[in-house]
Amino acid sequence: MSAVETLEEPVAESGKGYWSGVGARLMRDPLTLLCMSVILLLILSAVFAPWLGLADPYKGSMIARLKPIGTPGHILGTDEQGRDMLARLIYGGRLTLFIGLTPVVLAFFIGGTLGIVAGYAGGWVNTLIMRTVDVFFAFPSVLLAIAISGALGAGIVNSLVSLTIVFIPPLTRVAEAVTSGVRALDYIDAARASGANALTVIRVHVIGNVLSPIFVYATSLTSVCMILAAGLSFLGIGVRPPEPEWGLMLNTLRSAIYVNPWLSALPGLMIFITSLCLNLLSDGVRSAMNVRD
Amino acid sequence: MSVTEPLPDTAPDKGGPAQPLLIVRNLQKYFPVRGGILGGKKAVVQAVDGVSFEVKKGETLGIVGESGCGKSTTARLLIGLIDKDKGEIIYDGQDLGGALSLRDLRRGVQMVFQDSYASLNPRLTIEESIAFGARIQGLSDPVGRARKLMERVGLAPDRFAQRYPHEVSGGQRQRINIARALAMSPRLVVLDEAVSALDKSVEAQVLNLLADLRREFGLTYIFISHDLNVVRYISDRILVMYLGEVVEIAPVDDIWASQAHPYTRSLFSAMPSMDPDNRTMEPPLAGDPPNPINPPSGCRFHTRCRFAESVCKAKVPTLRPLAVGSEHMAACHLHDLGSGHSKAGKDVLS
Repeated sequence: MSAVETLEEPVAESGKGYWSGVGARLMRDPLTLLCMSVILLLILSAVFAPWLGLADPYKGSMIARLKPIGTPGHILGTDEQGRDMLARLIYGGRLTLFIGLTPVVLAFFIGGTLGIVAGYAGGWVNTLIMRTVDVFFAFPSVLLAIAISGALGAGIVNSLVSLTIVFIPPLTRVAEAVTSGVRALDYIDAARASGANALTVIRVHVIGNVLSPIFVYATSLTSVCMILAAGLSFLGIGVRPPEPEWGLMLNTLRSAIYVNPWLSALPGLMIFITSLCLNLLSDGVRSAMNVRD
Repeated sequence: MSVTEPLPDTAPDKGGPAQPLLIVRNLQKYFPVRGGILGGKKAVVQAVDGVSFEVKKGETLGIVGESGCGKSTTARLLIGLIDKDKGEIIYDGQDLGGALSLRDLRRGVQMVFQDSYASLNPRLTIEESIAFGARIQGLSDPVGRARKLMERVGLAPDRFAQRYPHEVSGGQRQRINIARALAMSPRLVVLDEAVSALDKSVEAQVLNLLADLRREFGLTYIFISHDLNVVRYISDRILVMYLGEVVEIAPVDDIWASQAHPYTRSLFSAMPSMDPDNRTMEPPLAGDPPNPINPPSGCRFHTRCRFAESVCKAKVPTLRPLAVGSEHMAACHLHDLGSGHSKAGKDVLS
């Protein structure tokens, strides 16, 4: 290309697509990047746990119980049955992250769809969906999860199902609220006035504008979900021992809190770090997705 | 001056030049007010009640009135954004719901909204926003069309096409909204307070742009505003609404020379005079308009009218020409000799 042609090129200031703009804004946000790396590290270590050369997370030792953090051979100490804490924390991430994320992801799609439909359609469709959802709000989420899990029977799949049901109503609510807000804006009217059908209007004009608040809310639910899952495990209707799972570990180490408080705090610390990073990440993603900044 | 040439792919004219582009007859819209324990219908807001008017091909009809008088509801009814309860909307000789489908109506009638920001999707680039309607309507080359229109409304496509609405100014956004409306090649554009939110200098630019576009593409406008000077500048005829009803309709020069309805009179006298030797002496209208849930009986203006008599409470005045064959019409007992009003036919207003 000659120099003249280069000069004639259009001077579009923001000629990139929406998602590359989001990516560029994320790259300028070190905190979000840090949180993203932590979450990625947790996920990667959980996925590749068997290849990391860790101790057997199921193998206990009667003589090496509740060793403090920093013990040679057990860098993070051992739990109440003498099992290596580092291995259990990393293996525990597999189940915890799976149980914490899956119901929220499922509820995000189901609740999001229900809420967008209810918010966009309004009228009796809205009443039908929202009043049905309201029924679930009558129960505290913990109680609801326990009730559904108890009715379905113990097991990971059943606790996933019950947690999904627990998280559908709040996500529907949020989706409905933001959608009705967007629905009232003139650009939706303008799109309808151009002859577009409801599905096209939702696809082109609604989803992009409601997704980020729903997404941010969903991310903030993952930490709640992990804790609820831990509660179910504690009651014996979720994950069962000896499976390593942070919530369950927190519960079983509870009795050791006077003997070795730092050790029993470790699973809680993992939950804390994970949920903090998820929350900060969702905040960062939200501001990156906000083109108005 | 450029030659009038319709926008590409404009739907062909059906009724000929004498057929009004839009006829509205007895248009009515009541909004239910829900309340109570069971959410039952408590009352109705009579937002638009028996509105009738015509818009000729190529003219600009200005609609004025106070806030809440039903101007915007009328606009939304005209493009089918809300369903009418009663009445007829006849576009180029075809009845909406009969020979004319809502889709065809939306092809021919487009709207520009007041809030330039809320009427653009913040997630779409300007080019995408403008091209959307053309794409939906299946018109050829939506993007090329969008870029041409951007050029026409004074926004260089190379600089603005890929920008987002928040990156441009209010005046530029309203130009985008105009381009967006024109992208579907409409014949009638409803401008609902389209320049009201702009500052004066930008307002003038956009008004001139609108006037140019109308001439260039042979468009017809319905121009809704509360600013009489703006309406005067752009309109051929003016329609005055009060509480969901048409009280006066007249060519712009006629109504400027003399207002037939006492309400129109007060609207005009509320406008500050530009001439210090000729100050406005008439007291402006006092108080808020009555509640449209329970509008006054008879003439809806009688609660605020200086000339109100018992007949005004009892009888609903009809919109009638001031003289035989006159285009100036008003709905007031003062102009109806048979109404029984003691001052009927007398020139009490001036």
